[in-house]
Amino acid sequence: MRQILTIASKDLKTYFTSPIAYILMAVFSFIMGFMFFSILTIYIAQSGQYQQFGYGKAPGINDAIIRPLFGNMNVVLLFMIPFITMRLLAEEKRNNTIELLLTSPVKLSEIVLGKFLSALSFVCILISLTAPFMIALAIATNPDWAVVAMAYVGTICMIGVYVAVGVFCSSFTENQIVAGVLTFGIILFFWIIKWISFNSGASSVMGDIIGYLSIVDHYEDFSRGIFNTKNVVFYFSAIWLGLYLTYKNLESYTWRA
Amino acid sequence: MIEVSGLTKFYGARKAIDDISFSASKGEILGFLGPNGAGKSTTMKILTCFMPASSGVVRVAGYDVFEDPLEVKKRVGYLPETPPVYREMVVSDYLEFAAKLHGLSGAQAKKATTVAVEKCGLGHVRHRLIGNLSKGYKQRVGIAQAIVHNPEVLILDEPTVGLDPKQIIEIRDLIKSFSGEHTVILSTHILPEVQATCSRVLIINEGKIVAVDTLDAITARLRKGRALSVLVKKESGVLDGLKSINGVASVFDAGTYDGARRFSVTVEDGFDSRDTIAENLVKMGAGLLEMKSESMSLEDVFVKLTTVEGSV
Repeated sequence: MRQILTIASKDLKTYFTSPIAYILMAVFSFIMGFMFFSILTIYIAQSGQYQQFGYGKAPGINDAIIRPLFGNMNVVLLFMIPFITMRLLAEEKRNNTIELLLTSPVKLSEIVLGKFLSALSFVCILISLTAPFMIALAIATNPDWAVVAMAYVGTICMIGVYVAVGVFCSSFTENQIVAGVLTFGIILFFWIIKWISFNSGASSVMGDIIGYLSIVDHYEDFSRGIFNTKNVVFYFSAIWLGLYLTYKNLESYTWRA
Repeated sequence: MIEVSGLTKFYGARKAIDDISFSASKGEILGFLGPNGAGKSTTMKILTCFMPASSGVVRVAGYDVFEDPLEVKKRVGYLPETPPVYREMVVSDYLEFAAKLHGLSGAQAKKATTVAVEKCGLGHVRHRLIGNLSKGYKQRVGIAQAIVHNPEVLILDEPTVGLDPKQIIEIRDLIKSFSGEHTVILSTHILPEVQATCSRVLIINEGKIVAVDTLDAITARLRKGRALSVLVKKESGVLDGLKSINGVASVFDAGTYDGARRFSVTVEDGFDSRDTIAENLVKMGAGLLEMKSESMSLEDVFVKLTTVEGSV
């Protein structure tokens, strides 16, 4: 257990000793700030129109601001997480530091979990940069804190899957670009996998299965402020699967080396 | 401390190590000597549990590397061919990390780092990024990493590569200081290094052990046929004349030097035929210019073992 933290904290520190962390944080806050600002201006314009023309009650800020903001954030993270995870194991392999890890009295599972936790905690730091938006909303209006909390919980579950995929892809190669592109491809595929279940028309068993595999679908409930264990089980099994495959891949690395 | 028997390793169909057996006792410094690609690094990777063997048994400190890798890894310090350093880490942080990986607690790791920094002469670079250090210092950081948890067994793969002569001497002295308490295995293809540091040497070629012994014993065994070098003015008939002398095992024409001819004469064991040879050459009227005995340098031993002969 202590070894997991040793590896995780070392890798987390590494993000901050290189420019990676600062660039990612700067880009992320700029894009998210821009999104928050534009969503807010649209909302203000719309609610003005609702009042002016008497269309009835304007949509609440939960539906009009928080949900789209988190939805957009998930897309931004989809793009950014491959950049965060791609170096985790690929760089260890390229620099031969993997020899240090694999000849130290550390279990493979501890290495995998350490890597996973380091990237996950860094992404959590990224996400925490959106906290000021929530504070701003709380000052101006009255957001539903259950929705906000569940949106954060759901996002963290979802990025857990992204990071697990990223760690897995990084264990394949010593080339960071390869790891990054693979990660992006796999995550994107599980975002859009539902498209075929729509197009096949009939609600076959196959369509249901494909629909279940969609990463975004399981986020829906969270975005409405609902905590559904079914979704948590989905995310945790996906994370477990990704990390288990990484473990197996690393295990075979020494056999193939 | 280290027992290896019947160790074999295949890379695909290629046999990298072929049925190697040896042992090293506590406090000994054992040198692995061999040309590039002989299987030195592969053997070391198996000893450190980085890589599994295809067959054979390896026991380090009483633990089998296949059955109890964690117990073995706790007791082994390893410096791979390329020092496994993180470019973006500061030297002292890196050493603390390495110590913690080997199970030391925070305070212990700090203490161990201070000791390792001192031993490897890293005092004035301890707060610098490893990526900005020169190759020699990176190598030293790699050695510091291997000794930071004070392991019973030290496995060093070409520890002095990339160091300047002064540093090489320092590192050799450092390695020698480990003898007694630690068991050290170091690989190298630099011969004087073995001479300078190792109590015993294991010469390995194409995956096979060609000799294991103290360096003096190996050289002595190879020297059993004494060699003489003879320089003469006239060459005709000299070759046959030399061959006919009692006690001469073989004669080899070594070419011309400044108009004179050099012959390499090997004398059989137990014979000292220098006087007879000289006498005969004078009788033949060969015009003897020079005669000297050729001693075998370490380089000769190495070349002889790894190129011509199967084993001693």
